[in-house]
Amino acid sequence: MVAFFQTHLGDVFGYLVGYTLLVLAIVLPVLIGVAYAVYADRKIWAAAQMRRGPNVVGPFGLLQSFADGLKVFLKETIIPAGANKGVFLLAPMITFTLALVGWAVIPFSAELVLADINVGILYIFAVSSLGVYGIIMSGWASNSKYPFIGGLRSAAQMVSYEVSIGFIVICVVLWANSFNLSTIVEAQRGTVLGFINMNLFNPLLFPMAIMFFISALAETNRPPFDLPEAEAELVAGYQTEYSSMSFALFWLGEYGAILLMCALTSVLFLGGYLPPLDIPLLYVVPGFIWLLLKIAFMFFLFAWVFATVPRYRYDQLMRLGWKVFLPVSLFWVFLVSGYLMFVTPGHFQ
Amino acid sequence: MVEAIIFYMLAGIVLISGTAVILSKNPVHSVLWLILAFFNSAGLFLLLGAEFLAMLLVIVYVGAVAVLFLFVVMMLDIDFAELRAGFVSYLPFGLILAGVLAAELIVAAGAAALIGQPEMGVAAANVAAGAAASGDVSNTEAIGALLYTRYVYVFQGAGMILLTAMVGAIVLTHRQRGGVKKQNIMRQVARRPEDAVRITKPNTGEGVEL
Repeated sequence: MVAFFQTHLGDVFGYLVGYTLLVLAIVLPVLIGVAYAVYADRKIWAAAQMRRGPNVVGPFGLLQSFADGLKVFLKETIIPAGANKGVFLLAPMITFTLALVGWAVIPFSAELVLADINVGILYIFAVSSLGVYGIIMSGWASNSKYPFIGGLRSAAQMVSYEVSIGFIVICVVLWANSFNLSTIVEAQRGTVLGFINMNLFNPLLFPMAIMFFISALAETNRPPFDLPEAEAELVAGYQTEYSSMSFALFWLGEYGAILLMCALTSVLFLGGYLPPLDIPLLYVVPGFIWLLLKIAFMFFLFAWVFATVPRYRYDQLMRLGWKVFLPVSLFWVFLVSGYLMFVTPGHFQ
Repeated sequence: MVEAIIFYMLAGIVLISGTAVILSKNPVHSVLWLILAFFNSAGLFLLLGAEFLAMLLVIVYVGAVAVLFLFVVMMLDIDFAELRAGFVSYLPFGLILAGVLAAELIVAAGAAALIGQPEMGVAAANVAAGAAASGDVSNTEAIGALLYTRYVYVFQGAGMILLTAMVGAIVLTHRQRGGVKKQNIMRQVARRPEDAVRITKPNTGEGVEL
């Protein structure tokens, strides 16, 4: 596609146009997905609390998110007098952009991937480790106590859980023998008993899948790890001083990051675009439908946890990250690499 | 053509943000400019085809080291005017340092040009990986093959030094305080209802023995 535009519009301009179109083809569905993720979230919490949830705007309340978006768009942007203006406005943009940038390497099917790079998983890891900047910058630039405490909490939390996420990812990478996300998905074809296309059912990787899910909750600041915005103590945490579109960008970025984490879990442990079982009949359904179903399932789990689990205390959060997850995942890297080295000879050739 | 444009864009941003690090009045802004410089040098690595190094630069320096940097600088209570006061007196010392660094860089580059490319980098890595001329080894594998064969002792030694520094920092800063109430998670989890709750059915007017 880029080559097509380069032949017609010239080298540089065609390159820009081609890639802009490709990026839009991913970003627009993701943004619509984010709108419906917010809606699904609210419906699931409502169901858990035996309420109806949003049901007024549009049929079944399906247009609620768009109505909210329009409302937020029309509000006045307030910048506190003591705020550091540039950083204050930059922070939500960073959060929002980083939530979208990671989607570039997600393989939607065997052929549908924008950037099929060798180090795809490292790229996503880098993007998610940058996510902390939006929060810590907003906390500092607001020049207010609650956002500042929220920002500091978030920085400590995200750095802690990144470590265990890194080791868990290494286990999967060792198993697939590649950093490339498409190769990681393909390595899951018939990985368990010859017909189950999921790392999740691999006994050695199953505990890692559970830990990855919990770390993903902590990494995206979702309950029970939503201490950066703990409303009972910090008003709204790092986003207390934000209003209008800058607030909406945080909101969109947060859900974009959650969906990205769901997609990453699907790719690493649920077989990505492959059907759950290696049966020819299931391959009739296109790959991106399977990926979509898996993302939706993971998102349901995220919402389910939100509705049922109470918030962690901060010291418990740090204990879980450093004293439980870090040693266990570190040990698991040794276990998995030892297994692959000695039980399956020739794996690393 | 496209590569050239991207290179000049990235290199330009690195230079501008590097200058802004030392010119901005607010130390937090300095750290943010530094992060931008890191990020764009990762982009330069990408242009060189060293995607593994680029990602590691972002993950380690931008994602972890610079976050802690920012963390500390934000917590500091700095008087900006006082910070700027000694600028002129530090200027000669700073210029000397910059001059020495620049001279060393020029000498190193000149030496490399004189004796030819030393045997290192991707070419040597390919030899180590057993794929000399074919060039079908990704640079992740090439780095791994080189790091864990030829430079394994240096690599492990560097790891040991880091570990020692970490243990040392903990030993130096950790102090045992007496009389602190702590939670014992093991005991809390091991607690059963039988240990904590007693169910009795006292007759009317008798009460319960506590």
